[in-house]
Amino acid sequence: MSDMIDVDGKQYAVDEEGYLANLNEWVPGIAGVMAKQDNLELTDEHWDIINFLREYYEEYQIAPAVRVLTKAVGKKLGKEKGNSKYLYSLFPYGPAKQACRFAGLPKPTGCV
Amino acid sequence: MSEIVKKFMYVNRKAPYGTIYAWEALEVVLVGAAFDQDVSVMFIDDGVYQLTKGQDTKAVGMKNFSPTYRTLGDYEVKKIYVDEASLAARGLTQDDLIEVAWEDMETEEEVDNIVEVIASERVSALMNESDVIFSF
Repeated sequence: MSDMIDVDGKQYAVDEEGYLANLNEWVPGIAGVMAKQDNLELTDEHWDIINFLREYYEEYQIAPAVRVLTKAVGKKLGKEKGNSKYLYSLFPYGPAKQACRFAGLPKPTGCV
Repeated sequence: MSEIVKKFMYVNRKAPYGTIYAWEALEVVLVGAAFDQDVSVMFIDDGVYQLTKGQDTKAVGMKNFSPTYRTLGDYEVKKIYVDEASLAARGLTQDDLIEVAWEDMETEEEVDNIVEVIASERVSALMNESDVIFSF
């Protein structure tokens, strides 16, 4: 049995590492609940990254590794955001791993 | 950065679906890209089908992972080669293949497509130059 998280009264299955089991089920509320579990309050800056990851997945069918995310964010959202210091300040458990989890994506490919 | 940089070549010879080789190979390349080695990816024989445009996998019930090849540039894999003879034998040309872009973040130099179609002699030469060859 996988674990479940409760979002607005609805149950969603997650895997043993907390990633959403079925990425098609994702709703924004899931990110909020996961963030609360990690003691984070989501701001617009967090949402920029979460939405960016979802777009990246939509286009490339892959959750990018952290250095790829950093590079791609710099390109899309500006150089001042395309660095690991900024991304870690938003997602202290690792920008790729934690933000991908909030975004309902699988664990990033190439995170070793 | 490690002091010793080895030349890794990943050789893909199989069609994208029907076996797990193509997807596994792509995952290995992407994971391995984290190690800052000199990586190249070669497509030969039916492997050239992995890069064809407009793949539709609905009927076979597998995930269409062809868009993922376009992230190779983001993962700093800058050498992607396709054997010209293998393409020709299947009635394909470079126009039938997806394009992979790469941008150097430091210099902002952009290359629209790093996929190179090369003659068989060059395929052999590149293989000879490689320190390690992974065959899929």
